[in-house]
Amino acid sequence: MTSIGLSHYLAVAAILFTIGVFGIFVNRKNIIVILMSIELMLLAVNINLVAFSVFLGNVTGQIFAMFVLTVAAAEAAVGLAILVTFFRNRGDIAVDDASMMKG
Amino acid sequence: MALQAIAFYLMAAITLVAGFCVVSARNPVHSVLWLILAFFSAAGLFVLLGAEFLAMLLVVVYVGAVAVLFLFVVMMLDVDFASLRQGFARYMPVGLLVAAVLAVEMILVSTTVATRGAAKASLGPMASGTLASGAGVSVTNAEAIGRVLYTDYVYFFQAAGMVLLVAMIGAIVLTLRHKPGVKRQVIMNQVLRTPATGMRMVNPRSGEGIGSGEGIGE
Repeated sequence: MTSIGLSHYLAVAAILFTIGVFGIFVNRKNIIVILMSIELMLLAVNINLVAFSVFLGNVTGQIFAMFVLTVAAAEAAVGLAILVTFFRNRGDIAVDDASMMKG
Repeated sequence: MALQAIAFYLMAAITLVAGFCVVSARNPVHSVLWLILAFFSAAGLFVLLGAEFLAMLLVVVYVGAVAVLFLFVVMMLDVDFASLRQGFARYMPVGLLVAAVLAVEMILVSTTVATRGAAKASLGPMASGTLASGAGVSVTNAEAIGRVLYTDYVYFFQAAGMVLLVAMIGAIVLTLRHKPGVKRQVIMNQVLRTPATGMRMVNPRSGEGIGSGEGIGE
């Protein structure tokens, strides 16, 4: 049990993902922290992909981790742009009553 | 091996503590700084795994771009963050419940997979040289990734580039703002200008001028 195996990395990723879900639950109003929680969850996914990639001896997992990284960066950029526009129009970023688009 | 275990537990602990501080910090600026620490330690975990390229990518992309983007936005928006924390205690019990269930499930599944599942056949982390598609040739981690990424997954690679392009254009379009009173240079109008539209022949009488405010070309 002294050697670090696949299950150790998977446990770390699972706990990190759980922290991300927990962050979304408790920070219902603060969309910035929600976006950061999503980043944490994607990081957990990346740890999973890379751990399996290394322990199975197949480099494909690392390539898909790269794609996840790309999508995470794009998502953060667009999400923050939407947030900035929302703040300009509303004056605050309280998202629990963000129902402007209901029409 | 013992040193590796110590490094793993240190990095994992720092990652998890920083991750928890991200979601529980009172000030969002502190949240972003904890996020940077979490990304750094996760990059350390990647180095331990032998995925150096992904580790450097994590530092460059996440710490260098995404976290700085978050920092800019958090500092730029003048928001009363105290009011945004209302309901933190109210949502805490259900959040903890869901998180506990999720953590137990995922750790059970991952432990099962790691001990009895698909990964059991492998004996452990392989050297990065064996990750290459061409076996027998010792290559670095980055070269192994490149050999597969630019051949088998080249369409996915292009698609990722398109995703980034769309995200970039979308972010620019969303945040671009035209102020009403700012004069801009319109190249097309300049090129389309002809003597007929740009010049006006007048025959002013003596002592009256050509009238006020009627400049040429306005």
